[in-house]
Amino acid sequence: MIFTSLNAVLFGVVLLLVIGFYGLLITRNLIKIVLVLQILVKAVVIALVLAGKASGNLGLGQSLAATVIVADTIVAVVALALAVQVRRRTGTLDLAKISSLRG
Amino acid sequence: MEILYYTLVGLGAAFCAYRAMISRHLLPSTLYLAGVSALATVTLYLLGAYEVAVIELSVGAGLVTVLLVYALSVVGEDVFDPTSIVPKPLAFLLVAGIGGVVVWMAYPVATQPNANGAVLLADVLWKQRALDVWVQVALIFSGVMGVLGLLSEKAHETETQLHAIGEDQELAIPIGQELHA
Repeated sequence: MIFTSLNAVLFGVVLLLVIGFYGLLITRNLIKIVLVLQILVKAVVIALVLAGKASGNLGLGQSLAATVIVADTIVAVVALALAVQVRRRTGTLDLAKISSLRG
Repeated sequence: MEILYYTLVGLGAAFCAYRAMISRHLLPSTLYLAGVSALATVTLYLLGAYEVAVIELSVGAGLVTVLLVYALSVVGEDVFDPTSIVPKPLAFLLVAGIGGVVVWMAYPVATQPNANGAVLLADVLWKQRALDVWVQVALIFSGVMGVLGLLSEKAHETETQLHAIGEDQELAIPIGQELHA
């Protein structure tokens, strides 16, 4: 089995994906969920550029990565705004407590 | 030598991501996330994606960090990270399975860099993926509207309080005095 430089990048991408998924499963804080999603998206951005490099179309990989970065930033903005509003109205950011609230 | 650089940067990013995940306070988590973004930028630069590296550094390590710190300043310091709902061994097994599948599918593809058919990012972005650019413009506009809505919340509350105080004062004015005025 050959271990190339692109395989080393893939190794880092998988590590970031694994840590992001694990954090998403065990986290209950709304702001921290946004933070963990950011880790996942960073892995995806590197993976897109890596795929572009491996397939010989780096421009397409970069274009898709730029779109993902923009979309992810907007998701973070809206999610943080929602988290702040939830905190103001319910007094907590705990996902379990918010789920058990009755309106 | 290149493999060593990629491995070190990848391990550093994974360490920062792990610290960001397990930290009980959110401000250190945010700073570790900025570290992940900076190391991801280094990886992108080494891969030859210079434009995306710049965008990632300015947006990922800059704007998102500022937004997170602002949200933390609004929410306050009494934020805590409680224990998980999903049992940790089950989460570990699920994540290990996902990682294994990703490696199994992507390892044969990521062998050697392919330089055939390389084109400029500007050509791809403006000629082939023009719709993506317009979608990005719409997304940025909606994001700005979201930030404005978040920032105007305090102003709206202050205005409402002033209005309520004004109504109370009107009720306190005697009727005779109001007629003379």
